[in-house]
Amino acid sequence: MKKLLGILGLFIVVFGFTAVQNPKFISAYNMENLLNWTGLFGILGVGAAFVIITGGIDLSIGSVVGLVGCLLPLFIMDHGVPVPLAILSVMLIAALIGLTHGLLITKLNLQPFVVTLCGLLIYRGVARFITADQTMGFGNTHGDLRKLATGKLAIPGLTEATKFDLPIPFLILFILMVVGAIFLDKTIWGRYLLALGRNEQAARYSGIKTDRLTIMSYVICSTLAGFGGIMFMLDLNSVQPSSHGSFYELYAIAAAVLGGCSLRGGEGSIIGVVIGMAVLRLLYNASNLLGIPTQLEFTIIGAVILAGAIVDEVAKRLVHRMRQAKQQR
Amino acid sequence: MNHPLLEVRIVTKYFPGVVALKQVSLTLEAGEVLALIGENGAGKSTLMKILAGIQQPDLGKLFWNGKEADIDSVEAAMELGIALIHQELNLADNLDIGSNIFLGREPRNKLGIVNRRIIREESRKVLERVGLDFDPRTSLTKLSIGQQQLVEIAKALSMNAKVLIMDEPTSSLSSKETRRLFKVVKDLKQQGVSVIYIAHRLGEVKELADRVVVFRDGQNSGELAKEEISHDRMVQLMVGRDVSQLYERTPHKPGDEILKVTDLASPAFPDAKNNFSIRAGEIVGLAGLIGAGRTELLRVLFGIDDAVSGTIEVAGKPREFEHPRDAIEAGMVLVPEDRKGQGLVIDWPLDMNGSLPGLNRHLKQKAFIDKRNEIETAERMIDDLNIKTPNRKQILQFLSGGNQQKVVLGKWLSLEPKILLLDEPTRGIDVGAKEEIYHLMDKLAAEGLAVLFVSSELEEIMGVSDRVLVMHEGKVTGELARSDLTEESIMQLATGQELATAH
Repeated sequence: MKKLLGILGLFIVVFGFTAVQNPKFISAYNMENLLNWTGLFGILGVGAAFVIITGGIDLSIGSVVGLVGCLLPLFIMDHGVPVPLAILSVMLIAALIGLTHGLLITKLNLQPFVVTLCGLLIYRGVARFITADQTMGFGNTHGDLRKLATGKLAIPGLTEATKFDLPIPFLILFILMVVGAIFLDKTIWGRYLLALGRNEQAARYSGIKTDRLTIMSYVICSTLAGFGGIMFMLDLNSVQPSSHGSFYELYAIAAAVLGGCSLRGGEGSIIGVVIGMAVLRLLYNASNLLGIPTQLEFTIIGAVILAGAIVDEVAKRLVHRMRQAKQQR
Repeated sequence: MNHPLLEVRIVTKYFPGVVALKQVSLTLEAGEVLALIGENGAGKSTLMKILAGIQQPDLGKLFWNGKEADIDSVEAAMELGIALIHQELNLADNLDIGSNIFLGREPRNKLGIVNRRIIREESRKVLERVGLDFDPRTSLTKLSIGQQQLVEIAKALSMNAKVLIMDEPTSSLSSKETRRLFKVVKDLKQQGVSVIYIAHRLGEVKELADRVVVFRDGQNSGELAKEEISHDRMVQLMVGRDVSQLYERTPHKPGDEILKVTDLASPAFPDAKNNFSIRAGEIVGLAGLIGAGRTELLRVLFGIDDAVSGTIEVAGKPREFEHPRDAIEAGMVLVPEDRKGQGLVIDWPLDMNGSLPGLNRHLKQKAFIDKRNEIETAERMIDDLNIKTPNRKQILQFLSGGNQQKVVLGKWLSLEPKILLLDEPTRGIDVGAKEEIYHLMDKLAAEGLAVLFVSSELEEIMGVSDRVLVMHEGKVTGELARSDLTEESIMQLATGQELATAH
């Protein structure tokens, strides 16, 4: 809860500062844009959070986004697969990727870092190979399908001057966030995931099928990466197989960490991850509007996360010391 | 005038909100082995940390050879010759023995390169003093826990320690290693080294100590000279009550056979086939030396490891346990040996630990956690087991070992099991909590639960069990009825001998 307030505070500070510095920031156009990107990236962040909560990591998210982004137009445009079937197939492929990761990690005891790093390399290569590195997209066709990612929902009751449309990706993220948060905080499986992330042995000794849960978390992560991949593809409509989705896993992981997930596992909140992603997108957007060279984008994001980690650790020590003092009373 | 080597004079130590030591005094002569005993939280460790320079007293003084000594750092303590051997060993197991002995003070030549020859020669000398016949270049990983402990002692000796402080040194040693440690302590005593020995196993004190100092609630509660040392006197001074209460028993009426094991072998001892059975309402002790395969047997019973061979029957039905979940569903639960690693999510609150195994049963409403029921379960557990905690939200690492163990018991009892497996249930907990756990075991058996418990403490095995199974090299080699229980008979079976006398 405290972490959530911390990240929310950071969001408000950067938001307020940027708004004061550049009035264009709070224009409906810019806000819609910000929400749109938060929505797209947030989908990946929610998936990453599940894996990170188990104490694992998934480095292949960006490559799955890239692979799905290539497969979907390939199926539909080049092979004439019906749209629903194509979407179902790519989602299934993403889920199978997650299942493979999970099985390798639990049954063969391979390290998540290694498994998903290899995944990162493999899926990228496959994407480039099957497309022969050609740019993929729908061209002018399938405008209705693309509405799923580019569409906006007008908020009723607003005048022309205050008109504001809600981007559909953000709406989807919001639904995902609510479902994810309920799953993690209220269901027994969410509690199991947290227990397994904290102390896998104790969880197993308590009768929890930890392997199954770990596999489930990798399936959720890759499936959401696949879903995110579809959304990104529809949004951009122009996919470069060699670079589409590159580094997106790092955004997802960074958002999860900013949002209060511990890479040691057993800790984290879905709402925190979404706010974390909003902060990342906000920083990107703000540095654009404030005239900070875009080359510095990663530097700023890195510096903010590092500062967050330092503040978090210092705060934790203070709390620990206070609690100990209280214990001894 | 003759001064003691070390004297603690009316020392008081405050921690925020609590007085850890209240006007405590203690003397130590050269070449003396002093046992310091007391329940957990009695202040033993605090005093030892003061002597080792880790903490400083708030009031009172320390004297070394009659002269006031200001031990304000670990270095200052070492300078005098006081070394603390920690309960958890402080060695780097990626290095060899010699490098560990000289860690941080390696002899170097002019170029700043470590002189390995000096390390080897000097290490050999101290290793000899502790009776370890190893090349100093041997990797530490090749050594048993007991041998590593001797290396730590050798390290202290190489720094010219005159006083060794040992914090529960035998807690993880086999009886053979314990023997060996005792011999080393006796040898060192001959060489004029003094030892302050924080003891948890009272049986050892009588053998080793020249004198016993007892602490209770941060104060001196008594002192026993060598000839006065007896188990009962020690416990009395520690807990301030009578010992016969400790193993108070109600009569048990064993019922039907509830657990039957046929040809069961664990992966650690694939050829050792075990056959035994346990009846409802009896307490069966599982005795044996450390490494005899008792924990391994429990792990197979509980479905953590797969059995190599054999069958398990619960209440007459053959069962296969591939996961602890299966055993739990059959009504069998395990209180594991490693409380913090396996028994509990130690940095979680009490209520969330208490509910963990019940979440898929009575604490579930559809897929959701029944929050109200979870709270009630925790509150009931706190009341029923007399868990001393500020509230149900308390993070478990801040509770005492005894109260932590009660949470492990409580989380299982909320499932109303039929068979309770316990692995070293009283390890590292104070006498008061031990008594409560013994009484709980007794009460549960009287209510019809079958209890199978592993313990390395013979007194406990003999005090609590209705019947004892003894293991040797992975196999149950003998069975003793309560009336036949003697330390000798158990040890004979545990070391693989036939029982000497027919009964």
